[in-house]
Amino acid sequence: MGVALKLVAQRLALGLLLMLLVSILIFAGTIILPGDVAQSILGQSATPEALANLREELGLNEPAVSRYFSWLGGVLQGDLGTALTSGQDIASSIGSRLSNTLFLAMWAAVISVPLAIFLGLLAVRYRDRWPDKLISGVTLASISIPEFLIGYLLMYYIGVKLRWAPTVSMIYDSMSLGQKLQAIALPVAVLTLVVLAHMMRMTRAAILNVMQSAYIETAELKGLTMFKVIWRHAFPNSISPIVNVVMLNLAYLVVGVVVVEVVFTYPGMGQYLVDHVSKRDLPVVQACGLIFAAVYIGLNMVADIVAILANPRLRHPK
Amino acid sequence: MSDQLDYLKVRAAMGRISRREFLGRAAVLGVGAAMANTILAQAVRAAGPQKGGTISAGVEGGSSSDSLDPALSTNNATTMVLRLWGEPLVELSANGGLEGRIAESWSGSADASVWTFKIRKDVTFSNGKTVTAEDVMATMERHSGEDTKSGALGIMRGIKAMRAEGDDFIVELSEPNADLPYLMTDYHLMIQPNGGKDDPSAMIGTGPYKVTSMDMGVRFVGEKYADHWDGSHGHADMIELLLINDDTARVAALQSGQVHMISRVPPRTAGLISRSPNIDVHSKSGPGHYVFIAHCNTAPFDNNDVRMALKYGINRQEMVDKILFGYGSVGNDTPINASYPLFTEAEQRTYDPDKAAHHMKKSGYDGPILLRTSDNSFPGAPDASALFQQSCKAAGINLEIKREPNDGYWSEVWNKQPFCTSYWSGRPVQDQMFSTAYLSTADWNDTRFSNEKFDQLLIAARAELDETKRKQMYADMSTIVRDEGGLICPMFNDFVDGVATNIGGWEETAGFGVMNLYGPVKTWITA
Repeated sequence: MGVALKLVAQRLALGLLLMLLVSILIFAGTIILPGDVAQSILGQSATPEALANLREELGLNEPAVSRYFSWLGGVLQGDLGTALTSGQDIASSIGSRLSNTLFLAMWAAVISVPLAIFLGLLAVRYRDRWPDKLISGVTLASISIPEFLIGYLLMYYIGVKLRWAPTVSMIYDSMSLGQKLQAIALPVAVLTLVVLAHMMRMTRAAILNVMQSAYIETAELKGLTMFKVIWRHAFPNSISPIVNVVMLNLAYLVVGVVVVEVVFTYPGMGQYLVDHVSKRDLPVVQACGLIFAAVYIGLNMVADIVAILANPRLRHPK
Repeated sequence: MSDQLDYLKVRAAMGRISRREFLGRAAVLGVGAAMANTILAQAVRAAGPQKGGTISAGVEGGSSSDSLDPALSTNNATTMVLRLWGEPLVELSANGGLEGRIAESWSGSADASVWTFKIRKDVTFSNGKTVTAEDVMATMERHSGEDTKSGALGIMRGIKAMRAEGDDFIVELSEPNADLPYLMTDYHLMIQPNGGKDDPSAMIGTGPYKVTSMDMGVRFVGEKYADHWDGSHGHADMIELLLINDDTARVAALQSGQVHMISRVPPRTAGLISRSPNIDVHSKSGPGHYVFIAHCNTAPFDNNDVRMALKYGINRQEMVDKILFGYGSVGNDTPINASYPLFTEAEQRTYDPDKAAHHMKKSGYDGPILLRTSDNSFPGAPDASALFQQSCKAAGINLEIKREPNDGYWSEVWNKQPFCTSYWSGRPVQDQMFSTAYLSTADWNDTRFSNEKFDQLLIAARAELDETKRKQMYADMSTIVRDEGGLICPMFNDFVDGVATNIGGWEETAGFGVMNLYGPVKTWITA
């Protein structure tokens, strides 16, 4: 077990180092954008006086390095600063937005992950026969259509024509859970269609890979049913690549929802980020970037740690 | 008309039977749909406003980075929120005149340099406090101070002194200005208790609604303020504003009945949408225009022949047809059109490649001309630039197009680069439009236009109270800009709104789209 723990600790340290590097990149990246915040806030109606007043107020005249360190110090204490444009506290604005994004991602994951794994198992069970071909064909088609198009198609047929679900997925605090679920039905459907294929194909490939092994042959010769062989013997040994792809897609569900959120006007992180990028609200963009990076790095770290722990040779070192 | 139809139309107007049912029964009585619609619209007007219910509107332009402070309002969405809770001193009336809001009357001195606004009695803010002339004055002070960030600062500059005397708010101007009352309609100038100096974002004003729930960039809910002074505003119990920036999503929300009205229907699909039986598409001309602007002080545009060549080299009608899909009108190289008071018709300039070539040759310049554009300078700007390039080619003019990123366009390209695409939303009066962008000292003189005669005329017209003379002065100014300016204005864009047919009280209104953004406040639900 000691070897495994050492590897896990190393992996954690690497994750933290990555986060630090990402924070530097994010800070540098936002500085080299053209234009400045004051100009973007005031838009076309900026008078020179108003511009000068605003720049002074926002502390845009400080050198970049000192701005970075004061920012990092704040972040480590959970203070993300205030949004330049609206003057609201970022941590509290992001709080509700992040929880909305996670809410959407969670429901998409709850539906898509089991479904993808089940379909993957099914495809292996009926390998090269019509269920396998059908599952692969449909999921590949859905991953090939751009998200916004799937979104618009569902919006038109399910929202406008059938009126089964609202076309604008706004959720707010006073809604009941049932109302919220109805509101997010369409974006969840789009996200599910988008991530399903990747996870399903990976599950199928990983299990098929294991199916060549000697112990599977033994299991078959013992006379176990095909499904039992797959479920009891093949699946547990292919967990690590499956977890990997699941994590990657979970990260996508949190970080990659920008398009879906904008199309369905869903009040999540994606829209919040887009709004503030266009107005060059640096503190907000940095905070969003940092959170997205943390989600990605964190989930990848979890996948690697699971892979380390799931590796029998590391768990039972000779 | 039959008694039965009479009876039905009253029932429909009161909301007792649905519109669809009315149309169906009218058809049985042999009345066609178009006729029946007209009858119903008249009946709804005659029945008067229905009270109650919730009106939802889908509006574009808002963002989660917006501010609630009226001084910093910059878009349709924030302005629509202001219209819920606040009111200015005076407002544009439906036909483009003026009506008093917080001011019940106003008058100017003989030379138009001192203006007195009489504050309406017994108007209360939503916190119960009665509005005084001091509140009005404090509001104006907040928007005109040295360190203000208000979008109305340009308007307030001409004010020399202000004072409150009893119920009167008195403004003294450094230069006469006959249009001052029009300037007071500016949407930034919502009257706030103590001018909003204590808490500019508190959303306390004299409007018909109180904002009870808000989520920046997402949704605002207003509930009726019971003590609002004016019965013609605020018929629904509740207003819900949904901020939907995606065009397709906004239209879908209207089609699926999630909202009753939307701003900015994309012209490309407006025709399709208007075929739906439950949706009316209303378009109205306004002062907004899509433009190509050249700096008159930068080569090669410092030569008027080059500017004239470009003005003759643009195919205006083609732009209106292909870029605005007919929802607009041709421009005439002046920022002024018939939507302005005191407008004078001038000879329409049309596409003429021969004249364009002649002017180009006369200018002595034969190199390429670089035009910068981006998607967000106006909808379809890159396509319009490509059309311009083609129509110039026929005149032997070589236009090169450079696509710039949307991001930073307003800070890096507009008002900096010598030739680019842009838009203007227009102003309520000619003086304000000219003062904002064509006076040689204007902050946003985005064509670097500097013409002594024009400046003199503009200043003189402000003090001219004889309307005939004033009208002639404005006509002369337009002519100067049209023949010497750096503005190439091929088109004025219409405001195109989508409205559900169960909304009553909709009328064409001067100002912005969605009934000058008063749509939710001035309409009611009929069924």
